[in-house]
Amino acid sequence: MEPALLELRGVGKRFPGVVALDGVDFSVRRGEVHALLGENGAGKSTLIKVLTGVHPADTGDFHLEGRRIRPRSPREAEELGISTVYQEVNLVPSLSVAENITLGRQPGWAGLLHWRAIRDRARRALARLDLECDVDAELGSLSVAHQQMVAIARALDTSARLLVLDEPTASLDEREVAELFKVMRKLRSDGFGIVFVTHFLDQVYAVTDRMTVLRNGRLVGTYVTAELPRLALVGRMLGREISASDLAPHAGPPAAPTDRPPALAARQLGRRGVVGPLDLELQAGEVTGLGGLLGSGRTETARLLFGIDSADTGDILLRGEPVRLRSPRDAVRLGLAFCSEDRKAEGILPNLSVRENLLVALQGKRGAFRPLARAEQEQLCAHYLRALQIKTADIETPIKNLSGGNQQKVLLARWLATQPEVILLDEPTRGIDIGAKQEIEGLIARLREQGLAVLFISSEIDEVVRTCSRVLVLRDRRLSGHAAGSGLSVENLMRLMAGTHDTA
Amino acid sequence: MTPPERTPLSARRKSVVIWPLAGLAALLVLNAVINPSFLKITLLDGHLYGVPVDILVQGSRTLLVALGMTLVIATGGIDLSVGSVVAIAGGVCAVLLQAGHGLGLTLGAALATGLAAGAINGILVARFGLQPIVATLILMVAGRGVAQLVVDGQVVLISSPSFDFLANGFIAGLPVAPLWVGACYLVTHLLVRRTALGLLVEAVGDNERASHFAGLAATRIKAMAYVFCGACASLAGILTAANVRAADAYRAGENMELDAIFAVVVGGTALSGGRFIILGTAVGALLIQTLTTTLYNLGVPPAIAPVPKAALILGVALLQSERVNHWLSGLLRRKEQA
Repeated sequence: MEPALLELRGVGKRFPGVVALDGVDFSVRRGEVHALLGENGAGKSTLIKVLTGVHPADTGDFHLEGRRIRPRSPREAEELGISTVYQEVNLVPSLSVAENITLGRQPGWAGLLHWRAIRDRARRALARLDLECDVDAELGSLSVAHQQMVAIARALDTSARLLVLDEPTASLDEREVAELFKVMRKLRSDGFGIVFVTHFLDQVYAVTDRMTVLRNGRLVGTYVTAELPRLALVGRMLGREISASDLAPHAGPPAAPTDRPPALAARQLGRRGVVGPLDLELQAGEVTGLGGLLGSGRTETARLLFGIDSADTGDILLRGEPVRLRSPRDAVRLGLAFCSEDRKAEGILPNLSVRENLLVALQGKRGAFRPLARAEQEQLCAHYLRALQIKTADIETPIKNLSGGNQQKVLLARWLATQPEVILLDEPTRGIDIGAKQEIEGLIARLREQGLAVLFISSEIDEVVRTCSRVLVLRDRRLSGHAAGSGLSVENLMRLMAGTHDTA
Repeated sequence: MTPPERTPLSARRKSVVIWPLAGLAALLVLNAVINPSFLKITLLDGHLYGVPVDILVQGSRTLLVALGMTLVIATGGIDLSVGSVVAIAGGVCAVLLQAGHGLGLTLGAALATGLAAGAINGILVARFGLQPIVATLILMVAGRGVAQLVVDGQVVLISSPSFDFLANGFIAGLPVAPLWVGACYLVTHLLVRRTALGLLVEAVGDNERASHFAGLAATRIKAMAYVFCGACASLAGILTAANVRAADAYRAGENMELDAIFAVVVGGTALSGGRFIILGTAVGALLIQTLTTTLYNLGVPPAIAPVPKAALILGVALLQSERVNHWLSGLLRRKEQA
């Protein structure tokens, strides 16, 4: 048997405090499209970075076509024949297609450019992709999909043999994805090896030959795509094989009566290339789960519901009345609240105190000229510190000095202080310790009892089943189904995530 | 469980003000040593005179500009156009007074100029997302031209006693300029600390994205900081024109942005935005004015004076930089271990 095109053995990489990769094996053959899969923190991007020389690996052997390699920079990796195309196209929008393809390696002499040669080379590279494209067009004038093709053409203009496509389809629509797949299949038949990173299971099954699943920095396994059913794949990605108890419906919290109009509803809500259109309803006094794999459109849905992004289709109804949300400000005034999954970038005000972080949304809702009196502020803080068991030395401590779990609780308190009717929680238990996790789950139950409508987004399927009375599942940015009552089981949710009814 | 000991926030802010106060005291002592008559204040015709009084009068102008700059810097921005706004506002005053208009209309027009300039900066930065340094650089450069247009390329002299009084007058023996500028300081302080404006500005400056997600009108808050800064600069323009009884489109407000930024930074407000300390800015403004006066008394030519000032700003900014702090503390630790 001929050696694999790329062979990685025992790759390890540590960052301060985390083991990002732990003895991972990975191989790519000539003429294959190989999917690299895993949830958050699985180690996909670290593996790509190690492979393309962005980070040096701590341990492991790298072989390309049987030769031992060790790329120390992206440029070196490129010279060895490993080219990468990122989701965000890393090219110069104001230059022409031809210039972009040959940038940094333009043919010419003594600093003078040989324009005819540049155009010829660009045309040849594009022809290999069967791509019709004006090489003199400004790159920025092309669609994202075409810019990506140009990036691939650029990769081919080097002597690439291995092409790494890092989430290239994240911002493409269906037609564009089909076009990209055509190019990928053409390259495969020309003998290239392609590593394809994506969150979309349909795409994995549409175009890849084999797949490698990582989880928590470890190799789960490498499989022939046609031989691993979707449900089994989802199980491997989540690290959750189905056991007998998962088939039983979960005795979750009771559903709310549905004779009233839903607290918050969406009708055909969607944003092109992002998510939907989809319908959903949140009832007062009920926790509705929003499940799905990473990249399935969960956060995107919550952002539409909170007015962060604007929808291009559909309506949002609050207690049956249509509302327009142009910004989070509108949403907050109407009694909505949203806890972002990215606590650091979108949640905390790091240098401000616990008190200020806790009261900022309420103060913003009241307006600058109706300040909360000092005594009132302290009373509110004392109340929420107690109610949520937030551990802080002092309410004047900068929030950045608190643990992740306590920061998250302050952010929850921030929203509870605004007395919302609907609260959207995006991964509220991510990255916090197990004790804090249980406390937050308990808090969600209390909010439900108090009559709030809660939308709960989580990657942890057990947590979703425990907490919710109804679960909507998204797959590839669309609603793939919902589960409630006797249908609410781990097994059923995994099926919906995988988008299949076959048996594992 | 006993409630944890709490340091009131105001006390924390004051502790930061210790440093510029110490710097101010050190400068005054240095001056008193070099020239014992430096601190002398005399009563002449029932009016107070002396170098410290001069520092207060001159420092008023810097303080005005620095008040606005504090809020702009707190939002994570910067306003380089304040000097040009000073020149434009001064020009507007001179031209209107020369044309025989009343004091009320003149002052109102000058203030409106500042508000408009601030609105332009605010819209460019907050609405269109331009880099603050670039957006305000545009008005910094173009504003000088506008000022020239207003005064038609001339140095326009002002001979209005009531206008003159704003800068050079005395009330009950006290110089009038520090009095009304002090009032401006108090009003600003009440506005930001007795309402929630200060908190909202600090929130936006600390994490704009998170503030937006928390339902704050981040864009409007940022824009308003620039409008306020423009208004402050125009008041400083009035003071400048009244002080020299003329509008000089070339020289008025020259290097004012440097002094104002200095006052803010020395006062303990970080250039990265977020927390601001308005009392620190006031002390910083007096510090920079004392430094200017000191350099003048030492015989340093005014043209060279910006060099030592810039060096000081650089020093303070470096001390605020996390990287430098990290490096310094590393150095200290190594020394201790050695």
